[in-house]
Amino acid sequence: MSEASPKHIRTPLSRVRGFGAAHSGTSHFWRQRLTAVANIPLTIAVVVIIVMLLGRNQAAVAQILGSPLVAIIMLLFIASITTHMRIGMQVIIEDYVHDETGKFVLIMANTFFCIAVGLASAYGILKLSFGV
Amino acid sequence: MAETKAPTARPLSPHLQIYRLTLTMMMSIVHRITGFSLYVGTLFLAWWLLAAASGPPGYAKFEWFAGSIIGRLILFGYTWALIHHMLGGIRHLIWDTGRGLGPSEREWLAAANLIGSIAITALLWLFGLLAMGGPR
Repeated sequence: MSEASPKHIRTPLSRVRGFGAAHSGTSHFWRQRLTAVANIPLTIAVVVIIVMLLGRNQAAVAQILGSPLVAIIMLLFIASITTHMRIGMQVIIEDYVHDETGKFVLIMANTFFCIAVGLASAYGILKLSFGV
Repeated sequence: MAETKAPTARPLSPHLQIYRLTLTMMMSIVHRITGFSLYVGTLFLAWWLLAAASGPPGYAKFEWFAGSIIGRLILFGYTWALIHHMLGGIRHLIWDTGRGLGPSEREWLAAANLIGSIAITALLWLFGLLAMGGPR
């Protein structure tokens, strides 16, 4: 303790107070709002895109979905909704599953599901867009 | 030690069932249910995108299911859940600013959310069915 510099005069408690665990206590709350705000214009745009595609054949759907603007909007939509739904489902799990092992497994499965659905969707869009 | 009596029935803290169901309560749980449904429904979205990317035969399978009665019901429910959850989300964002929490305001917002989601869903489907050239 002889080497203690002045910044260490503060107790550990006073340094972490207000930050939450690992300084990230509010990150879920904030990311949920951030993606909620992003979801509004993106959802409206995607609804418009889907209405535009109704009744068209595969060739037309593939061409429109693969066009740069539509593809980018779809990718942003997928990224935003999968982030949002991962946090939302984690809250549901934490509210209703009180068994520690079950909660742990479900939270893991939730993450896997969201990433898998997100990447599979992104793969479809990119495949159309790059015409592979 | 005196003999132990049977445990007295102590009052438990009140839970949901003792309260009268209110509109805002119902909207709260519906927001969660629609969110859950949208989560599962992303499988349908992923299938659509992968089917479109896979070529005409794969897309035909998707179209067959989406056009079936079950497919249409899922899509109709998904449309409503999406619009309802989005309007509910806007309501939450308004609340985040500290506005709209008063007794009459929150009732009004809840009613607007419900009526708005039903109206927009109906309009979208009307428009969509017309775009596809009638209900078929």
